[in-house]
Formats: sequence, structure tokens, C-alpha cells
Amino acid sequence: MKLTKILTSAVLATGLATAALADKTKVGFVYVGPVGDGGWTYEHDKGRLAVEEAYGDKVETVYVESVPEGPDSERVMTDMALKGADIIFTTSFGYMDPTINVAKKFPNVKFEHATGYKTAPNVSVYSARFYEGRAVQGTIAGHMTKSNVVGYIGSYPIPEVIRGINSAFIHARKVNPDVQFKIVWAYTWFDPAKEADAAKVLIEQGADVILQHTDSTAPQAAAQAAGNVVTFGQASDMSEYAPFPRVSSIIDDWAPYYIARVGAVMDGSWAESNTWHGIGDGMVGIGEISDAVPADVKAEALALKAALADGSYHSFTGPLKKQDGSDWLAEGETADDGTLAGMNFYVEGIEGDVPQ
Amino acid sequence: MIKLEKRPQPSRKLSLATPLIAVFVTMIAGGLLFMALGKNPFEAIATIFWEPLFGEFAFYYRPQLLVKGGPLILIAIGLSLGFRAGIWNIGAEGQYIIGALCGAGVALAFYPMESFFIFPLMILAGALGGWAWAMIPALLKVKFGTNEILVSLMLVYVAEQLLASMSLGLMKNPQGFGFPGSRNLQEYPSAFNAELIAGTGMHWGVLFAFIAVIFAYVLLNRHILGFNIRLTGEAPRAARFAGVSPTRLVLFCLGTAGALAGLAGMFEVAGPSGQVSIDFNAGYGFTAIIVAFLGRLHPVGILLAGLLMALTYIGGEIAQSNMGLPAAAIQVFQGMLLFFLLALDLLTNYRIRFAVKGAA
Repeated sequence: MKLTKILTSAVLATGLATAALADKTKVGFVYVGPVGDGGWTYEHDKGRLAVEEAYGDKVETVYVESVPEGPDSERVMTDMALKGADIIFTTSFGYMDPTINVAKKFPNVKFEHATGYKTAPNVSVYSARFYEGRAVQGTIAGHMTKSNVVGYIGSYPIPEVIRGINSAFIHARKVNPDVQFKIVWAYTWFDPAKEADAAKVLIEQGADVILQHTDSTAPQAAAQAAGNVVTFGQASDMSEYAPFPRVSSIIDDWAPYYIARVGAVMDGSWAESNTWHGIGDGMVGIGEISDAVPADVKAEALALKAALADGSYHSFTGPLKKQDGSDWLAEGETADDGTLAGMNFYVEGIEGDVPQ
Repeated sequence: MIKLEKRPQPSRKLSLATPLIAVFVTMIAGGLLFMALGKNPFEAIATIFWEPLFGEFAFYYRPQLLVKGGPLILIAIGLSLGFRAGIWNIGAEGQYIIGALCGAGVALAFYPMESFFIFPLMILAGALGGWAWAMIPALLKVKFGTNEILVSLMLVYVAEQLLASMSLGLMKNPQGFGFPGSRNLQEYPSAFNAELIAGTGMHWGVLFAFIAVIFAYVLLNRHILGFNIRLTGEAPRAARFAGVSPTRLVLFCLGTAGALAGLAGMFEVAGPSGQVSIDFNAGYGFTAIIVAFLGRLHPVGILLAGLLMALTYIGGEIAQSNMGLPAAAIQVFQGMLLFFLLALDLLTNYRIRFAVKGAA
């Protein structure tokens, strides 16, 4: 008896959800950090606001921030779907299985999962080729370091982060054969206290350039306090720390993608897809290179950016060897997307192991 | 000058009522906070407390209350035994992680074999794992007199590192394209802690939580061990004279708390969560401490407090997505609950005197 009641109301709710589709398109966003993190989530939220601006009162957006990865995220997504969301963007890797689970229950709702690899008829994945930005960063870092020690704050040892480390390292070595990378794993995407600690440890170990793959501005503040340490904005411009210590940044620009996908839901053309855009498509931006960087270095970095954008150069171009000395890419060969997507090894020259 | 004076006989009625008063005061203070944020306070409070229970989509949220509350109750019951005896296990989060790792480890070791004995074995492994992790601070305390608060808390961070290592190495899904995280146990029928009745949220872990409530109640009220626990907490000297062995008590309280926390972790990893991943632990072990105190360290109180806490989580998320309340405001709201409870506790046990200067 009770079960029947539950099912009836479920059917009723689905009915409501379809009814809502008629007027406004409802768009949901699930964020891993607070919208004010100044990095990753902040940029996704800018994308959300851009959707609102683009479609005005034809859309309604909702978001929930600081959602833990796991069962809690599943509940948040279900909640949005029940309330008639037409498309839901889940913006962290750890939301992958929950997204798939919820998508099964709501075949009429479209899901977009950032940085994952599992798709379904109503689940698309999207990510940006952040490693292209890392190549530009590595070039600047290689020139700027005086101690030849570059510190790197990793979040989690997943392919996306390892790609970034490799790309930055390859290009730093290219311009400075003596450069060394020191890598600290924070095991968090957003934890200002941990990130600041990591930055301080790296600075104490002699690093005078800090690259970060975490979302807060805490490492920038730590570098500023130290005085002569160079940093780069991550995910967002972090221009409040410009012109120094922040000399440039990687900016994620999700707005065009979000606007396009929401538009596709509106006109019914949405389909399962796997999007991986870089500098050329505008999903990855390079924040203004400040005057703290010498003019010739800046020119070199911008030339690299242009080459990456027009496709004449690939961040992973051979000859390249893996850390263990085995051959990876031959002269002139470029890495294929499959290898890059699952990258779990360092290139030759990086010290330490990928955590296992 | 303000002075606190101990009440000779704290009112029993007042002591029982404080959690309710605390909830009420939290609603008022929280309402003011939401108002300061420019939201309608009545709507916000109603969204948090009413919507999950009686709102339009209550059919979905009510089962979720059990899913979210189950682990909280299970862990808090274990903690409350120790807290009553003055044994402070702050590391339930770590025991929860280890229980999950052991349970999932058993499942992954047998994958893809299907058999009825796998799940019971996982339960056993989960409980043993949590128990063993809690035995570290217990034995160190008994043998060397170390402080169990520090040791158990520090072991949380060790457990987190172990969890990260497992999701990246030993337990990583071989078909996961190099991404961290284990296989999803939800897709492995023999290991899946599914809902016992579909759509109710009632999984084995919730059932175990209810059973734990009953056992704890019987233990504390009808069993000599429960009497000893209470006696040690309320009058340690008297307990010693009565021949209560502190060593046995430490081992029992920490061990039970660890085993229950381990069970909670195992049921979570095999059910709602489904996989071992770096971010698997969502703070249940720490929130359970609040639940234990909110429930007055009484089994039935903990049951209610666990459900209330789950309600604020779920209602808080709804308030976020419906009204655009920031997550931090919800967290402040939850924090207020413990703050007011402790403050009111103080007023139950002490009375405030405005002493005249020099008169004292």
C-alpha cells in the first residue's frame, strides 16, 4: 500500500518535471567548493551567470555549493531533477558515479559531468585541455626561477593533474635544463589551510616558483608573504595578486560551453557528447602576463600560446621519454588523446613517484 | 561581576528539555542570520525542517533521512558508551574509514564471484577493521597511559592517507582508465548493501543502527557493565572502590565504538557510496560526536538526534537550491545547534549570580 503511494507520487513528480519543461528551462549546478573560492567553482559559477545573462527569463538556474563527492551529491542531483531541472552540470570528478546513478533514474533530464569519462544517452562529459595552459606556465616558470626549484601543489594524482605536471615540466626543462620540480600532494581541491601549508613547505625547500592545481588563493597569499616567489592563478585569473607574485594564470572559461549546451536543450538538439577543448576553442585562457616577466619571456610565452591555439604545436611532442627511461614519443610524434586521458606516469626528469 | 554557581540539584525536567530548547533557540538565531542575508527567515526555517518531512517531494527525502542518519546513529551509539565513562574517542572518522576499507577489501578480493557468504564476511571484516583501529589508542592508553583523544584523532589522518593510497593503488578499479577509486560495489550483487525494501532507504546499516540503539539501551539500564560505565563517568573514585577495572572498560568502550564505526563505514561503502574513493569519508565520524551529545548520550536521544542532524543536512541542501542560501550559512546553523545546547547545559547545571564587587 505504502509502496504504491510512493510510486504514484514519483510518477506525479516526473509529470511535474515534464510540465516545467514547457515554460522555463531549469538548469542545475552542483559545485564542489564554495562559489567564492576564487578558482575552480568561482569560474563555473561565472558560467552559470553567463547562461542567465544569455537567455534572460527563459532560464532559471539553481546551484548547491560545497557538496561532498559521494552519496550527498547523489541526493543533491536527485533533488534538482525532482524539482524539474532540465539539465544538470556536475562540476567535479568525484561526482561521476553519482551522476550516472541519477541519470538512470531520470532519463528525460540531461546531465553534464566535468572531467570524467563515463557517458550515457543522457550524460555528456566535458573538460578543458588545461595542459596547454601548463605548457605556457612551464615556459615562464623555467625562465623565472633563480633557484631552479619549481614547487607544484597537486590536488589528487589523477590523470588530469599528472598531465599538467608533465606539460609544465617539459616546457620548463626546454628553456632551463637545470630546473627541478618538487611536488606536494594536498589531497583536496579546496582547503586554504592545507594549500597554504603546502606552499610554505615548498618555499622552505627552496622553490621560488609555485604552480598549483588546487582552487584557493591561499598559495598566492603564502607566496606574497614570502616576498620573492612567483605564482600563477589557477582556474581563475586571481588578478588580485597581480602583478606579483601572480605573473600569469590559467583561466577556465566555461561560459560558451554552458550557453551552447543549455541552448541545445532548449531547441531539442542536445545529444550525448565528449568535449575536450583547449586554448584554440577558448575554453582555456591565459591570464595577462604581468610586467614582472621580462619582455622576451613574455613574447616567447605568447608565441607558444599562439602555436597551441592554431594547432601548429602540441604540448606533448616527441622526442619524449617516460620517467623510467623507456621511449614514449618518437621525434615529431604527438600524444594521442587516449593516452593523455588516462596518463598515470611522469615524463623523464621528474623526481619522485606518482602516488600509488 | 558575573559569577557561575553550581546548582545543588539540577532540574531533571530542564535537563531533558534542553535539546528541544536548543533547537528552538537555534531556529530564532538562525532565522535572524537568514534575515541578515536578505532571505525570508520563516521560509528558510520551514524549508529546512518542514520540506524534507512533509513537502512535495517528501517521498524521496524521508528515506534519505534514514540513509544520512543511519551511520550517524550507529557511530554515535558507540561513542556515547565511552563518553559516559569519560573515555574520549574522537577518532571515529578513522575507524569508519578502516571499516570501509576492510569491508570493501573483502568484496574486491572475491570479485567477481557471486555467493551468499560474501556480504556477512564483509560485515565481519568491517567491524573487525574498525575495532582494530580503535584498539591502537586503547592499548596505548592502557599500557602507556597515552591520551586517547590525541591518539585517536591523529589516527584519523593516518586512515585518510591509507584511504588515498588504497583508491590510487591496491583497490583502484583496473577498468577505470587510471582514474582513482575502486570498482563500484553497487554493480556487484553479492556485495551490494541494497535497500531491504525498495524506496524506503532502509538498508542493513540502518537496521544495524536501530539494533544498536536497543542493545545500548539494554546494556546501560539492565546490565552490570552498563552500570559500571555510568558509575565510572559519574563517580570514578566510587567505581574504583567497587572494583571496576578501568583497563577493561577502556578496551570495551573504545573497541565497541570502533567496531560500530567500522560497521557504519562498511555499510556506507557497500551501499549509498558504492566505492572506495579518496573523498569517501564525509565527516560522519565527527558529526556523530555532536549527535551523541545532542542526544544526551542516551540511546533513544541519539536516535532522535541523528535523525534531526540528518534533517538539517537534507533541509539545508534544499534551502540552498531553493532559496540560494550559501552553504556556509547552513553550516553556521548546524554549529549553532551544538553551541546553544552546550550553553543551555551550562545554565541547567549552574546559575548566574551578579555578585556585588567586594562582597564576595
